[in-house]
Amino acid sequence: MEKFTHLSGIAAPMPLVNIDTDMIIPKVFLKTIKRSGLGVNLFDEMRYDRQGNEIADFVLNKPAYRQAQIIVAGDNFGCGSSREHAPWALADFGIKAVISTSFADIFYNNCFKNGMLPIVLPQEAIDVLMKDAEKGANARMEVDLEAQTVTTSEGQSFSFEVDAFKKHCLLNGLDDIGLTMENVSAIDDFEARAKIERPWA
Amino acid sequence: MSPKTLYDKIWDAHVAHQSDDGTCLLYIDRHLVHEVTSPQAFEGLRMAGRKVRAPEKTIAVPDHNVPTTLDRANASTMTEESRIQVDALDKNAKDFGINYYPVSDVRQGIVHIVGPEQGWTLPGMTVVCGDSHTATHGAFGALAHGIGTSEVEHVLATQTLIQKKSKNMKVEITGKLRPGVTAKDITLSVIGATGTAGGTGYVIEYCGEAIRDLSMEGRMTVCNMAIEGGARAGLIAPDEKTYAYCMGRPHAPKGAAWEAAVSWWKTLYSDDDAHWDKVITLKGEDIAPVVTWGTSPEDVLPITATVPAPSSFKGGKVEAAQRSLDYMGLTAGQKLTDIQIDTVFIGSCTNGRIEDLRAAAAILKGKKVKDGLRAMVVPGSGLVRAQAEEEGIAQIFIDAGFEWRLAGCSMCLAMNPDQLAEGERCASTSNRNFEGRQGYKGRTHLVSPAMAAAAAITGHLTDVREMM
Repeated sequence: MEKFTHLSGIAAPMPLVNIDTDMIIPKVFLKTIKRSGLGVNLFDEMRYDRQGNEIADFVLNKPAYRQAQIIVAGDNFGCGSSREHAPWALADFGIKAVISTSFADIFYNNCFKNGMLPIVLPQEAIDVLMKDAEKGANARMEVDLEAQTVTTSEGQSFSFEVDAFKKHCLLNGLDDIGLTMENVSAIDDFEARAKIERPWA
Repeated sequence: MSPKTLYDKIWDAHVAHQSDDGTCLLYIDRHLVHEVTSPQAFEGLRMAGRKVRAPEKTIAVPDHNVPTTLDRANASTMTEESRIQVDALDKNAKDFGINYYPVSDVRQGIVHIVGPEQGWTLPGMTVVCGDSHTATHGAFGALAHGIGTSEVEHVLATQTLIQKKSKNMKVEITGKLRPGVTAKDITLSVIGATGTAGGTGYVIEYCGEAIRDLSMEGRMTVCNMAIEGGARAGLIAPDEKTYAYCMGRPHAPKGAAWEAAVSWWKTLYSDDDAHWDKVITLKGEDIAPVVTWGTSPEDVLPITATVPAPSSFKGGKVEAAQRSLDYMGLTAGQKLTDIQIDTVFIGSCTNGRIEDLRAAAAILKGKKVKDGLRAMVVPGSGLVRAQAEEEGIAQIFIDAGFEWRLAGCSMCLAMNPDQLAEGERCASTSNRNFEGRQGYKGRTHLVSPAMAAAAAITGHLTDVREMM
């Protein structure tokens, strides 16, 4: 997995609440058996008309935000299905961090598996960041995972919380399965115990 | 010992390893797999030269993509991409030696209906699947939740998940339900009360008289939509109904093993003085048959209400509500019962079980679907379909003018050809009314099976109580 340490990038404002995984990547694009190539269909139904032409006023189609690496979003981003295609599509487009007051649980976890950082901040901070994001391409936002801060283009800084283990994995680009395999004897022991205690399972 | 919730007990029984920071390896008893979220995970195993650690605990069934038309044995009924995905599951199931129900098997169906039906899902288990509606299995007092594809690969390789514990939330539904009110109305009303993020960070345990009174099918409907309220999982403590449902199922324990299992299952309840981080209580008698008016499952109102004004909301929801009304083609103040529909869909992991079909058939018996309206029933599994045919329910649907389909996810997420056209409006027993969910620019109103049947007869959203 790609490491995430520090990011300086353009942030796209998406104030809509409850942006769901069907919006992020509609189901017609779930028929792939690959992880790559979904960026072009990110937010497909909001981004293109039925003929495949770009809808000019959709934020990621605006010249200022075509290179966005951060999304500042309304409440409950990523609600809905478990499809990892949502973070795959975001990552493939070039998004490396999403900032919101809240995230749906499965989406939140999926981000970390793909080198992407979801950041939870209170509404007051989101209001400031949203305004900063609205300034467009000249305003670069900074995300520092080590220091756990987001800083606006004007230097206003907000601290965020992140699980220490998830942070460690992201900073070092660690593979979960490899890490778990280090504890394989604990799994062996558990299975041996469970076989006696709950043989029907 | 300190008092525990049901969730605490199941969690504690499955921790294989705990790090100093509280991160756990949670052992997984059952891993359900379908064709859409698994190909990349199996590919990952191949690339790393890894095996499936516990193939005997891994169960696969194609459901999302498969056509539900009677001619689906003909390969040309599937698009090339869908066929590749289903073929990939066929191959992966064979290569890795996991339990498998192919499309041609009568036991095939929606993964969350097949799991309980075959006795794979049992009380006190941990159950995961690359699908958010895995919450369904919580009805058995199993800790069940959706995972992403990276986690699917992790479970395949290690039979564990890296997890931190969620908080405990109790949702109590007291008293009795009124006539015409169903499990679907309970679960939608809870989401209406808490919002779609109200359960984020929690595992919900549903309890109270109205929950105890539900059948296993109804309990599955309630838990199924726990995810729509943002919760990691929904749980209902097992009881005699649970044991009766499980007994004799193909993969349920038998004989002495059954007795041992039941005696453990009987310890699976929340202790009286257990700690809850959040408690919600609804009175069963206050719950009405409900419908959704917007594009989020929290947009719930009793069928007797009117479409709300966006200005009645606060914060970001004002803009979202306006966007919903524009998308749904509705006007504030309009009576919900005045909303004309084009289509009725009965099915899905929320409402595709035998009891759901019985409830709809009870309303439809001797009646006809409104002229010009499209109506279809997609049973949740081949066995549900067979049982409905045996009970004469299938004939009621067919006589009323419904299409009687083969099992699959179908129009719930519309990955197969069962889709709404642009602007088409559907009363649907599924679980999500998101923009585009049932087809590009399609409009979804979530309802119970009985309410869907009522709407099919009148051609508009209808209070089922007037037809009882």
